[in-house]
Amino acid sequence: MDYSTDLLNALVLITNYVLIPSISYGSQLALGAVGVTLVFGILRFANFAHGEMMAFGTMATIFITWWFQSMGVSMGVFPTALLALPFAILITTLLAVAIDRSVFSFYRASKSKPVTFVVASVGVMFMLNGLVRILIGTDEIIFRDGQKFLIKAGAFKKMTGLSEGLALKQTQVLTFVLAVIAVLALFWFLQRTRTGKAMRAFSDNEDLALLSGINPELVVMVTWIIAASLATLAGVLYGLDKSFKPMVYFHLLLPIFAAAIVGGIGQPLGAILGGYVVAFSEITATYAFKKFIKYIAPSDFAPEGLTQFLTTEYKFAVSFFILVLVLLVRPTGILRGRVL
Amino acid sequence: MTYLIGENLTGGYGGPDIIKDCTLSVDKGEIVVVVGPNGAGKSTAMKALLGMLKLHGGSVKLDGQDITGMTTQQRVARGMAFVPQNQNVFVTMTVEENLEMGAYLRHDDITENKEQVYDLFPILKTKRRQVAGELSGGQRQQVAVGRALMTKPTVLMLDEPTAGVSPIVMDELFDRIIEVKRSGIAILMVEQNARQALNIADRGFVLVTGENRFTDTGEALLANEEVRKSFLGG
Repeated sequence: MDYSTDLLNALVLITNYVLIPSISYGSQLALGAVGVTLVFGILRFANFAHGEMMAFGTMATIFITWWFQSMGVSMGVFPTALLALPFAILITTLLAVAIDRSVFSFYRASKSKPVTFVVASVGVMFMLNGLVRILIGTDEIIFRDGQKFLIKAGAFKKMTGLSEGLALKQTQVLTFVLAVIAVLALFWFLQRTRTGKAMRAFSDNEDLALLSGINPELVVMVTWIIAASLATLAGVLYGLDKSFKPMVYFHLLLPIFAAAIVGGIGQPLGAILGGYVVAFSEITATYAFKKFIKYIAPSDFAPEGLTQFLTTEYKFAVSFFILVLVLLVRPTGILRGRVL
Repeated sequence: MTYLIGENLTGGYGGPDIIKDCTLSVDKGEIVVVVGPNGAGKSTAMKALLGMLKLHGGSVKLDGQDITGMTTQQRVARGMAFVPQNQNVFVTMTVEENLEMGAYLRHDDITENKEQVYDLFPILKTKRRQVAGELSGGQRQQVAVGRALMTKPTVLMLDEPTAGVSPIVMDELFDRIIEVKRSGIAILMVEQNARQALNIADRGFVLVTGENRFTDTGEALLANEEVRKSFLGG
């Protein structure tokens, strides 16, 4: 085999194990981080319950999916969960608004400090965490159905004659496409509609927004609706791509916060960038480059170890590392958001 | 009958009283200027009219109606517009969006109103797509006044509109404010540049330690020996 085939193999290898997983994981993080950043921009606190909101939304989707499946409803090659998603979004939205009315509105009325809100949101996090586990249990649940692969590794090898395979899961493409649609819709809403502009104005300068007659309760409610919808979407896409485990969503909170801060807190566009930065870093740092180096290195050189920076168990360290680095070097984040 | 009047206002921000027994009033088509030394409670008195602080004495009447119990938002909806001294524009939004936000409460067509603001401040028309945070201090002040005018107010309240702008820009801004007054709007203004402000004022209030010290026409205050010596630097 000549060197150009080696290079092609290396490219396929990286695409298969780093590029494609990073894009789908990054899209999931981005959707979560946009929600966190919007809530921060409008309500001015870091919502620790966001991960649990994702878990709750996914749980609702799973229950509805099961119900649909029991009735024999399906979407053919697409996962049935997509059909359940709008209903789950509605339920999660209602929950988010109910929590705001019963918990956060009290602290708004008493003009509490942001840290009080944060601690209250930690309480909400534990409550939702418990609720999800009581309702659906702690086991791993796979709720994906329909066609799993768009491109299978074996078929790719046969087609191209390369020794490396490239697999593309339907959920990965779905994640990316739905994330792009959701983000475009969000930006259209924020840039073009009256309520969207009012949200940006409120986030920019609360006092002046009030002086302009913008209704704070409306802005807050719309913010929760958007955050809950995006959280459900992110949670379901993550669950479809991998599997549903309540604890995993709690763990996702860290990379999501990292993404929001890296991008510039309060900046939706930054949160999206941050999502991909964190995802790429996490996956690159935990990928074993041994085979890749073997392909691109001249002659028969092969590294002795796995050439892996961190084992996958330590992937959260990457988020922490990025977080600390950004706070030290550029506390405003990539797009100059607020300083925490 | 005075259009907007705050009578015997006493109150502060929760701590000690900052204004005591303070009275301010303004009529339609009139510029009223509030002057006084630093810490005299000028801005506080104006905020009291807007319902932005705790009052435990006095009343505010708009067009003969008692509005003392109303929230700031309700007062804005009734035609009171306020331009704060600091952070008075949405820095991340374009000039045009700033104006649109000013008209948030209105559901009618705002194009005509927008054109009026652009006629008043032509520079804003050329910068309509630019983010307000990128404008100069004077231009920002124009955006701030423009935003307030978009509510179609009957009373325009300005908290030190010329703070931090050059003397030339200040003169220009005052000219514009006179133009606004001619359209029949009541204008109440707190100013550090007391002499220039009293020059364009129909009436003036001199506040000292939260109380009324002198109340007269702008001209008379400028002519008053004591006012000149104490507050206008001779």
